[in-house]
Amino acid sequence: MSGKTDNQRAWFLVLPVVLLVAFNALVPLMTVVNYSVQETFGNNIFFWHGVGWFQDLLRSERFHAALGRQLLFTFTILLIEVPLGVAIALCMPKKGIWVSVCLVLMALPLLVPWNVVGAMWNIFALPDIGLLGWSLNTLGFEYNMTQQPLSAWITLVVMDVWHWTSLVALLAYAGLIAIPEAYYQAAKIDGAKAWAVFRYIQLPKLGRVLTIALLLRFMDSFMIYTEPFVLTGGGPGNATTLLSIDLVKIALGQFDLGPAAAMSIIYFLITLAICWVFYTLMTRNEAR
Amino acid sequence: MRARLPTVALILYIVFLMLPIYWLVAMSFKTTNEILGGFTLFPQVWTLENYLTILTDPTWYWGYINSIIYVTLNTVLAIAVALPAAYAFSRYRFLGDKHLFFWLLTNRMAPPAVFALPFFQLYSAIGLFDTHIAVALAHCLFNIPLAVWILEGFMSGVPKELDETAYVDGYSFPHFFTRIFLPNISSGVGVAAFFCFMFSWVEMLLAKTLTAVEAKPIVATMTRTASTAGYDLGLLAAAGVLTIIPGAIVIYFVRNYIARGFALGRV
Repeated sequence: MSGKTDNQRAWFLVLPVVLLVAFNALVPLMTVVNYSVQETFGNNIFFWHGVGWFQDLLRSERFHAALGRQLLFTFTILLIEVPLGVAIALCMPKKGIWVSVCLVLMALPLLVPWNVVGAMWNIFALPDIGLLGWSLNTLGFEYNMTQQPLSAWITLVVMDVWHWTSLVALLAYAGLIAIPEAYYQAAKIDGAKAWAVFRYIQLPKLGRVLTIALLLRFMDSFMIYTEPFVLTGGGPGNATTLLSIDLVKIALGQFDLGPAAAMSIIYFLITLAICWVFYTLMTRNEAR
Repeated sequence: MRARLPTVALILYIVFLMLPIYWLVAMSFKTTNEILGGFTLFPQVWTLENYLTILTDPTWYWGYINSIIYVTLNTVLAIAVALPAAYAFSRYRFLGDKHLFFWLLTNRMAPPAVFALPFFQLYSAIGLFDTHIAVALAHCLFNIPLAVWILEGFMSGVPKELDETAYVDGYSFPHFFTRIFLPNISSGVGVAAFFCFMFSWVEMLLAKTLTAVEAKPIVATMTRTASTAGYDLGLLAAAGVLTIIPGAIVIYFVRNYIARGFALGRV
C-alpha cells in the first residue's frame, strides 16, 4: 500500500472499465429503483406508489420465509464447506505428480455449467433410477427428493458441497504451500504435535485465504439460482424456494414489476452489507 | 498407519466428486428404454445415439458454437479493459481509488436474478437482444471486477523498481507495458482469462434471458429440451457431458496456477 505514487491521470487507465461496468450496472439498477416506487396496470402506464412495495414486502410472510431459507442454506453450506475444505487441503500431497492429478480432478466440478450441475444431481438422485436415490432406498432409507422436503434439502446441501468444497480446498492449499519450511522445522524442534502445528502455525497463516474463501462462498451461495432451480424447481411445495428463485418467480413468472423491484433492492442491500463487513476485515488484515 | 489416513480421506473425497459425473457419463451411453426400464449400474447396450443426435441437429450443436462465441468475446473484452485498470490500482493513488475498487467488487456481488429483467429491457432497447455481443457485455458485469481483482493481485507482486528502471532507460509507457510488464505477469493474465472463461461458461440465467434463437447458448437449449420435449434423460446427459469437456481441457493448462488464481493472486 505504501509504495504508490499520486497520479490523477491514472483515471484514464480505469476509464474503460468504469464505463463498461457502469453501463451494465447503473442503467439496470436505476430501472429497478424506478419500478420499485411505481404501480402499473400494464400498457406502460405507471403511477407513483412511494415506499408502498417496500412496506408490503417487509411485512410479507412469503419474503420472510424465503429469506429464512436462504440464510439457513448459506450458513449450513459455509459450516460444512469451510472446515471440510481445510481438512482436504491438509490431506493433499505437497509435491510429486499426484499434486497435478488431485488439482485437476478437484477443480472439475467448478467448471461444470450450473444448470448441468442441477441436471446431473437430479439424474443422480432420482429415487428409482438414480445411483444415489436407488442406493439409499435399497439400503432402507425413505428417500424421495421430489416429495419429501427433508430429502430435497439434504440433496441441495450435498450438491453444493460437491460443487464448491474444492474452491475452499484449493484456496487453503495455496495458503498452505506458501508457508516456509522453516516454520515446520522450528515446530519439530519444539516437539509440537500435529494439532499444535495446525492451531499455531497453519491456521493463522491461512487467515487471509480463508477470508477470501468465506467472502466468495458467501456471495455465490447467497445468489444461488440455477442449481436449485434445475434440481428441485423450488419444491416440493416451497421447501427449497430460496431468495433468487422467489424473485425470478415474481419478476419473470408473474411479471409483478413493483414488488419484484422492491425485493431486488432489499436483496442487493443485504448482500452488500454483509460483503462490506467481510471486505473491511480482509483489507484491514492486508494493511497489517 | 498414521501417514495413510490422509490419503484414504483424500481418495474418498475424490470418489465422491467423481460419482455424479460417472453417473452422467453412464446415462449418456444408455438407450431411453434402458433408462426408464429400471436401475442398471453399467449401460447394458452401449449406444452413441444420444451423441449423434446432438452432433447432427443444428439446434443442439449451434448451442455450443454460440456459447463458445460469447464466452471468447467476453474473455477478450474483460481482459483488455481490466489490464490498464489493474495497473492503475496496483501502482497509483488517485482520487476515489479505494471507493472505485469496492464499487467494482459490489457488481460481483449483485445477484443475476436482480438484473435479469432490467437487462432484458436494456438490451432490447438498444437493439442488441439475441446477439452474442449482448451476452458478452452482460457477463462483463461480474467478469471485469474479477479480472481487475486477480490482475491487481498479480501486478502488486511485481516490484515497482521494474517500472522505474524501464522509465529511466527511456521506455514509453505503452512500450514498457506490452514488452516488459506483460511478459512478467503472463501467468496472471492466463489465470484471469481462465476465470473469465469459467464464469461466463457456467452462467445460465443472464445468457438465457438475453437470447431467443440466434444466439441461444447450450445451457438454455438444455433447459428447454428438459421441459418441453418430454423427459429424454439420455440426450440431456450427453449434452451435459459435452459441456464439461471444454472445462476439463482448460483446467489441464492452468493446473499449476489455479490455486493462486482462486486466491486472487494474493498468496
